[in-house]
Amino acid sequence: MKILVVCGNGLGSSFMMSMNVQKAMKELNIEGTCSHTDLASAKSESADYYIGSPEIMDQLNDGSRKVISLVNMFSLDEIKKALTTNILKG
Amino acid sequence: MLADYLTVDMVQFKKEAQDWEEAIRMAAAPLLAKAAIEQQYVETMIENVKQFGPYIVIMPKFAMPHARPEYGVNKLGLSLLVLEKGVTFESEKSANVFLVLAAPDSDSHLILLSELSSVLASEEKVSALIAAKTYQQVADLLKEEAK
Repeated sequence: MKILVVCGNGLGSSFMMSMNVQKAMKELNIEGTCSHTDLASAKSESADYYIGSPEIMDQLNDGSRKVISLVNMFSLDEIKKALTTNILKG
Repeated sequence: MLADYLTVDMVQFKKEAQDWEEAIRMAAAPLLAKAAIEQQYVETMIENVKQFGPYIVIMPKFAMPHARPEYGVNKLGLSLLVLEKGVTFESEKSANVFLVLAAPDSDSHLILLSELSSVLASEEKVSALIAAKTYQQVADLLKEEAK
């Protein structure tokens, strides 16, 4: 399982988000890796799931990718719910 | 760490801003005054929001404007603006707190961000930050984190 966290620059927000996603993956026992990048690079990098803010996910979602949008990337509860709905039940 | 960068001259409290653009300009002013960033960096942060949408609103009411290092960052810095009245972005997101991040390369800011991340993970602290009226209140919030 490869999860890619995406933001506009791949510099700040995606890094912080990836730390929280990793924490959530551990708590949910989801095996895999989680890395972070910018929107332009994400378009050419393959991953099982892409996670980011709704604006960024809208720009990435061309129908070929599985995207997960987060409103509050610091809420571990929201991340866990999103991973559960999309990955564990998906 | 955070408290080392968010010194009293880097933190501002204002009643309101005309729009999100003005809020970013106001928030970045101390970094510009200290020459930690160039004017180009301010313009690029604004352009980023126009191009990618308000993804810098990383949680409700909290925005972290930033751009890439090559657009005029001289040294690592953070500045904070707390608005009494929030400003709205397109897609109806709004923000009261603007934390400007200036990163001179891809990794020197990561330790600051991991510290920030643990502040933001606490709903209590985020609410306190949004409601903060004085520098001391902000400093106390950050200090707790350093313990």
